[in-house]
Amino acid sequence: MRAHYGKVTAAFAISALALTGCSAGGDSTDAGAEAAACEASDGPVELTFTTWVPGMDQVVELWNEENPDIQVTVQTGPNGNSGTYQNFFNQIQAGNAPDLGQIEYDALPNFRVQDGLENIAECGDVAGSADQFVDWTWGQVTFGEEGSVYAIPQDSGPMAMYYRADLFEEAGIEVPTTWEEYAAAAEQIKAEGAYITNFPKTDVNWFAGMVWQNGGQWFANDGESWDVNLTGPESEEVATYWQDLLSEDLVSTLPSFSDEWNASFNEGQQWTWVSAVWGATTLSDGAPDTAGQWAVAPMPQWEADSQEAGNWGGSSTAVLKGSEHPAEAAQFALWLNTDPEALALANELGGLYPAAKSAADLDAFAGGVEFYGGQEIYDVFAEASANVDPDFTWGPTMTQTYTDVSDGFGAAIGGSGTLMDALAEGQQQTIDALKAQSIPVNE
Amino acid sequence: MSSSTTAPRRPRGAGPTEPDGAVDHGRGPRQSIMSRSAAMLVMGVFTLYFLTPIWWLLTTSTKTGSEITSTVPLWFTANSFGTFFDNLARLFTYGDGLFGRWLINSAIYAGVGALIGTIVAAMCGYALAKYEFKGREAIFNIVLSGVLVPATALALPLFLIFSQANLTNTMWAVFLPSLVSPFGVYLARIYAAASVPGELLEAARLDGSGEIRTFFTVSTRLMAPALVTIFLFQFVAIWNNFFLPLIMLRDQALFPVTLGLYAWNSQISQIPELRILVIVGALVSIVPLIIAFLALQRFWSSGLGAGGVK
Repeated sequence: MRAHYGKVTAAFAISALALTGCSAGGDSTDAGAEAAACEASDGPVELTFTTWVPGMDQVVELWNEENPDIQVTVQTGPNGNSGTYQNFFNQIQAGNAPDLGQIEYDALPNFRVQDGLENIAECGDVAGSADQFVDWTWGQVTFGEEGSVYAIPQDSGPMAMYYRADLFEEAGIEVPTTWEEYAAAAEQIKAEGAYITNFPKTDVNWFAGMVWQNGGQWFANDGESWDVNLTGPESEEVATYWQDLLSEDLVSTLPSFSDEWNASFNEGQQWTWVSAVWGATTLSDGAPDTAGQWAVAPMPQWEADSQEAGNWGGSSTAVLKGSEHPAEAAQFALWLNTDPEALALANELGGLYPAAKSAADLDAFAGGVEFYGGQEIYDVFAEASANVDPDFTWGPTMTQTYTDVSDGFGAAIGGSGTLMDALAEGQQQTIDALKAQSIPVNE
Repeated sequence: MSSSTTAPRRPRGAGPTEPDGAVDHGRGPRQSIMSRSAAMLVMGVFTLYFLTPIWWLLTTSTKTGSEITSTVPLWFTANSFGTFFDNLARLFTYGDGLFGRWLINSAIYAGVGALIGTIVAAMCGYALAKYEFKGREAIFNIVLSGVLVPATALALPLFLIFSQANLTNTMWAVFLPSLVSPFGVYLARIYAAASVPGELLEAARLDGSGEIRTFFTVSTRLMAPALVTIFLFQFVAIWNNFFLPLIMLRDQALFPVTLGLYAWNSQISQIPELRILVIVGALVSIVPLIIAFLALQRFWSSGLGAGGVK
């Protein structure tokens, strides 16, 4: 994988050029271009930072108190795909984007391809701080390019399996460790009048997390153009697996995070949830009556004795194109995502599970959690985090891919077509979308 | 309710005939009952269709987060009253009273924006109706074509223009575009042409009244019903405006209530307690619209009548 990373830069550069060629009047400033050194500004600096993490203003307050010369203003809006990303693109075009913006990993390639990010590799300690972050998150912000860092990893969502320890024990069902056992357990649980889990048809990034665990790659860049591969053998295995569970009505299909969904968990209709670390609070808030009865185990495996994990979600803090103070912005972003005090507060107020390795030492992630019967659940997630494949690559048009695949999933659940058909359709739509944006793509 | 109003026509009724009298030849009593109940049925269905979501909003606002799914939908719980005020209190205290701030912003955008917008539209329409000048029809047609362009399509160009002037992320960015209303100009012109007699303006001129004074003292009174209509339309349009603020504003303290609730709603998966606040907030945010309609519809109907008598 790593061997052809050096060439990726070229492809990105080509597609970026192709794009700026189309868009009118791109007189973006040259600050922080590939070769330019990242120089600190003279005098006091004011930065703006757009994020939708709750409580981030209070975290930034810590910074502002200690750094009178670099004052950061936090601006909040709807979450990325609900409008903030589009706003970023508009603002970059108009030359008045915030200095820093929160960008989820799956949206970063889109910003990169459209030349919306400053390369901060030369800024301060940025290049040398790779070791401070979980490996796979660092791969996401560098795109594997030499001498490039486009964002600082903020949080991540390593996946594990939440399960109702009490119900499994009462029914005498073994807690599954492989997907094969999981399917067998699904049948037994159905016989008990409940579901083993819910299939989230609209959360295509959850499904991607499943493929990620199985070693699949949806996107790749061969140095010249993009490969889109939603239908590889790994994806097919995952799709067929869940299609079988759906066809036999062994999993429910409630809309994720809806009231019915919460109620279903609260009433004991759902026995497991294969989800990310941030799901821990979703569960405790949504299903308060089940407190103390949940536990966490590693994700079921495709092969016995392996230890692969997927990832669902996570964001970075990026310095957006046109920032006049990339050095200070990068310095702030690095502090925000590595300072123990900042990480602890961001976790407390915003529920972030930091991408920094030092997170494991935080008090917030030590000791048992009451809702999970006192289990030290964050140990499970820390281990999962280390087992996430570092080479997974997102494509430049994920919003579109998600929508198309999600439509297909909805149809499959409605009885027309299969999950695999949905992926095939999503594959074709994605290739068309890339072509429409003049991004080179292999067919 | 039914006897005092004019006899209802059949849904696909009798063409352009005005229901202006009690003439009922050609319409048997049996048919009348049938058509009447058909009309009532259609109206009833639509009333239900429009009011059910508001009813849901009202009942759900009186529940706690977990009661939303665990209790009977569309009805209250035993302690609804207390929970409702609890929810209200949390709504207005969450995030240092952010919601109150949004309400005030919306009131400023919609109230002041609709007021100034109405005056501008009225002057414009009045001038187009009452003064003869070269290019009058051309101007009117251009304004009229503005009615056809959806405001959403203009949001992005406006953003780029306001960026040039460094006015994005300020109150002006939402306020200034709200001042223009092509539909208001159209309505004002039509109404001024019909309800402001040229003779009256002549008389005013002979009495030595300036054009501006005439406009404000004589013409606006005659145009009042149209002005109320324009004001209401503008008020509702600005209050419900969402896309323009979404694109223009980054600072939460400047958000109108629509955008604020949307931002909260997009964060529900991270902060589940926002779910109930969004619901209560949505209920609170329609109250000013209801008040505006109830307060102004009096002027509206009486004015329309007066215009008709002329």
